Amino acid sequence: MAGHVDHHHGAEGHHDSGHGPSFYVKIYAILMVLFIISVLGPEFGHRTVTLITAFGIAIVKAYMVAVNFMHIRQEKKYIAYIMFAMLGAVFLFYIAVSTDVQMTTGANWENHAAKSIIEENKDFEKHLEH
Amino acid sequence: MATSHAEHHDHHEMSFWEKYIFPLDHKVIGMQYLFTGILMGVLGAYFSYVFRMQLAFPGTEVPLFGLVTSAQYNSLITNHGTIMIFWFAMPILVAAFGNYLIPLMIGADDMVFPRINRLSYQIFFISVLVLIASFLVHNGGFGGAWTAYPPLSAKAEYNLTPWGSILWLVAVVLEFVAFLLGGINFITTLMNSRARGMKMNDIPIVCWMIVLASILFMASAGPLIAGAAMLLFDQTIGTGFFDPARGGDPILWQHLFWFFGHPEVYVVFLPAMGIVAEVITTFSRKKLFAYKVVLFTTFATGILSFFVWAHHQFIAGIDPRLANIFTVTTLLISIPIAEMLFVYIATLYGGAIELTTAMLFALGFLATFLIGGVTGVFLGASGADIYFHDTYFVLAHFHYTFVPIAVIAVFAGLYYWFPKMFGRFMNETLGKIHFWGTMIGFNGIFMPLFFTGAAGDHRRIFDYSNFPELAVSSLQNLRTLATICVVITILFQFVFFWNFFYSMFKGKVCTEKNPWKANTLEWFAASPPPHGNFPVMPEVYRGPYEFSTPGRELDYWPQNEKA
Amino acid sequence: MGHSTPIATTRSVTGMPTGRLAVWWVIGSEIVIFGGLLMCYLMLRLKYPHWALNSSHTNTFAGGVNTFVLLSSSLSIVLAHHYAEKKEELKAVGFIWATIFGGLCFLVIKGIEWTTEIQNGYTITSSLFWSFYYTAAGLHALHVIAGMILMGWISIDVMQKKNMHRVELIGIYWHFVDIVWIFLFPLLYIAK
Repeated sequence: MAGHVDHHHGAEGHHDSGHGPSFYVKIYAILMVLFIISVLGPEFGHRTVTLITAFGIAIVKAYMVAVNFMHIRQEKKYIAYIMFAMLGAVFLFYIAVSTDVQMTTGANWENHAAKSIIEENKDFEKHLEH
Repeated sequence: MATSHAEHHDHHEMSFWEKYIFPLDHKVIGMQYLFTGILMGVLGAYFSYVFRMQLAFPGTEVPLFGLVTSAQYNSLITNHGTIMIFWFAMPILVAAFGNYLIPLMIGADDMVFPRINRLSYQIFFISVLVLIASFLVHNGGFGGAWTAYPPLSAKAEYNLTPWGSILWLVAVVLEFVAFLLGGINFITTLMNSRARGMKMNDIPIVCWMIVLASILFMASAGPLIAGAAMLLFDQTIGTGFFDPARGGDPILWQHLFWFFGHPEVYVVFLPAMGIVAEVITTFSRKKLFAYKVVLFTTFATGILSFFVWAHHQFIAGIDPRLANIFTVTTLLISIPIAEMLFVYIATLYGGAIELTTAMLFALGFLATFLIGGVTGVFLGASGADIYFHDTYFVLAHFHYTFVPIAVIAVFAGLYYWFPKMFGRFMNETLGKIHFWGTMIGFNGIFMPLFFTGAAGDHRRIFDYSNFPELAVSSLQNLRTLATICVVITILFQFVFFWNFFYSMFKGKVCTEKNPWKANTLEWFAASPPPHGNFPVMPEVYRGPYEFSTPGRELDYWPQNEKA
Repeated sequence: MGHSTPIATTRSVTGMPTGRLAVWWVIGSEIVIFGGLLMCYLMLRLKYPHWALNSSHTNTFAGGVNTFVLLSSSLSIVLAHHYAEKKEELKAVGFIWATIFGGLCFLVIKGIEWTTEIQNGYTITSSLFWSFYYTAAGLHALHVIAGMILMGWISIDVMQKKNMHRVELIGIYWHFVDIVWIFLFPLLYIAK
C-alpha cells in the first residue's frame, strides 16, 4: 500500500543493537550494587558521603536507565537535547525562585514567619534518633 | 504512482454522531474548538460589558444583568480574564487553527493521533462544563483574579466562594491537560507527517508558530500544574503550601504561576503572528521578507520568554536583585519582537497590496500590537513599574497586545480561510464595516485607560467613588467613554456574526480551490476539503511564499506545482 | 467505529516512528511537572533544616524495597520489549505482567507504609514536609497506576501479535516513572 510518496517504512529504530537479555541483566546487577551503596552511604552519618552516595548515585542510576533501558543514545540527538532543555527549565525555575523561597532574608527583606519557625525548631537535632 | 487515500479508508457511512459529535477528523475537531471558543468569547465579552457598565454608572442596574455587587464584580473580572485567555484565545488560536490548518498545510490527511485529538477536545469540553458549573454553585464563581494568588484563593474564609474557587481551579487544570495532549499531536504531526519534499524551510510560518507555541506551553506548564495541585490541597484539605504560618510562601505560588504565565502570552502571540504572516504575504503578493530570520527570531523569543516572568512580580516582595535581572531580560525581549514586526512591515513594502477584509485586520493587528508592545517597555522597567503596577496602564497595555492577538488576528484568519472552510465567501462590505467598527471601538475602549491608569486608577476596583482623588469627573468621563466604546464594539460584532453564519449557508459559492491565489497546500484541497483532505497526496517543490517571482508570468507559484 | 490509521501516522520525516517521538515529548512534559514539584520541595527542605526530623520518620526500609521493586520492574519491561521485537509474544506478555506485578507490589508496600504513618499521626496536613511527601509520592503513584493500566491494555494486543511496537513505548514511560522514584527516594527519605 506504500506509494513512493509516503514514508511508510522509513522509520524503524534499530533498538536491538545486539542487546540481549544478558546485557540487560548485567546492567540490572550494576544498578543493584549502586542501589545498595546508596542505601548504606547515609548510615555513615557523614554529610558529604550521604550527598555523594544518595544523590550522586541517583544521578548515575538515572543515567544508566536512560542510556541502557530507554536507549536514548540510539535516538536522534535532539531527543536528548529536548530532555535537557526541559531539565534546564526546571533548574532555571529553581535558581530564580530559591532566591525568594529558600532564603529567609535578602536585600532589604526578611521572612519573619519562616525565621520564627526555624527558631522554634532549632533544637531538632536532639530529637533525631540514631 | 501516488497513493490514493481512498484505499486506506473504510467505506462506511458515518452517522451524525460519528461525524460531528465524536469526530476523528481534524477539521471537525478544529471546528468544535472554534465554535466552543467563540461561544466562550461571547460569554467573556458579556462579563466585560457588565463590569464596565458598573464602572461607568456605579450602583445602577446594568441592563441584561441587574445590580452588580462587589463580590459579583470580582467574579466577573476574574472569569473574564480566565475565559478570554484559556477558553477563547488558546482554543481558537492554537487548537482550532492548529487542528484545521496543520495537516492541510503540510499535505497530510489528518493528525497523527486522531483519537487522542478527539480525547483532547472532550477533556476541553468537560473543562468548559466545570467552569460554567462554578458560576452556578453557592456564592457563585471564583473572584480572586485570574492570577489566583493565595491566601485569597486558598482560603474560603477570604474569597467567600468555597465551591467556585475549587471548580475554577479544576477547570483550569483540565484545560491544561487538554492542551498538553493536543500539543503532542501538533508537534509530532509537524515533525513527522510532512509531504514529500517539504523541508523545514518550506513549512508555512503559521504551522511553525503553532507548534512552537505548543512546545512553549509544554515546557512552562509543568510547575504550574504542580502548583495547582498544591493550591487545590490548600483549598480542600487544609495543607499549608502557601501559608507562611506553616512554613509555606505565597510568593512561591506567584513564581509558579508566572513562570507559566509569561511564556503563555507568547503561546498566543506566536500563532497570531503566524496568521498575519500568511495573510500579508498573500495580499501583498510578496515573499515573507526574511523567512529564516523570522524563524530564528521566534526561537530566540521563545527561549527568552522563560527568563522574564518576574516582571509581573516587581513590587510583590521579590528580592530586588532578582528584579534587576528581570528588568534587563524584559527590555531585551522587546528587541526580537520589534524586529519581527519590522520584517512584516518590510514584507509589505513595495507589495501589490489588496485591501481585503482579512488584510485590513492583519494590518490592524500590526498597528495596534505595536502600541501594546511599546507600552510594555514602560512596565518592564522595574522603577517605572513601581508606579504603574496594578494600574489601568497595565490593563491597557495587555489589552493592546491581547486583543490584537486574540481578536484582530483571529478575524484576519477567519476571513482569510473562510472560503476554504465553508466553500463560500463572506460578504466583503459587511467585513469592512465590521473592521472599522471594531478598530475604532477597540481603540476607544483602551486608549482612555492608558490615561486613567497613568492618573492612578487602580485595577480591580469595583467603584471609584470610594477613592476621592480618583472620583473626579475628568477621569470618570474617560471611564464612561471606555464603557460606551465597549458597547459599540460589541454591537459591531453582530455584523460579523450575521456575516459569518449567513455566509456559511447562503454566501456566494466558492467554486475554486484557490480564490486568493496563494501558494500553500491547503489551497489545493477542495473547498471545503473532504475527509482525507487530498485525493492524491501532494508533493512539495518550493517554499510557501514564492510570490512575484521574476521572470514568471503568474505572480504566485504553488508549493506543489512541479516546475 | 470505522477508523483506519491515517497516512499521517505512518509517515516519518524524522526517521523516528511517530509513537516513539510522541512518547518522548510526553516524557519531556512530565519532567517539568515532577521537576517543578520537586524543586519546590527542595527549596523548602533546604530552608528548614528541622525537616530532617520529619524525614527520619519516613520508612526508609519500605522506600528502599520500593526502589528495588521499581528497578526490577524496569528490567522486566525492557525484557518484554526485547521479546516483543523478536515477535515472541508469550514471553513479552509474561514480562509485561511481571512489570504490572512489580507496580502492584510497589503500591501495596506504599499502602502499608502510608497507613502506618497516618496511624502514627503523620498525615498530609501534619506539617508542610508531610504535605509535600504525600503530594509528590502520590503524584508518582498515580503515574504508576496509569502505567499499569496501559500495560494491561497493551498486553491484550500483544497476545494477538498486534501493535508490538507499543511495548517499547510503554517501557520508555515506565523507565521514566522509575527514574522519578530514583530521585524521590533520596529527596524524601534520607534525613541526614
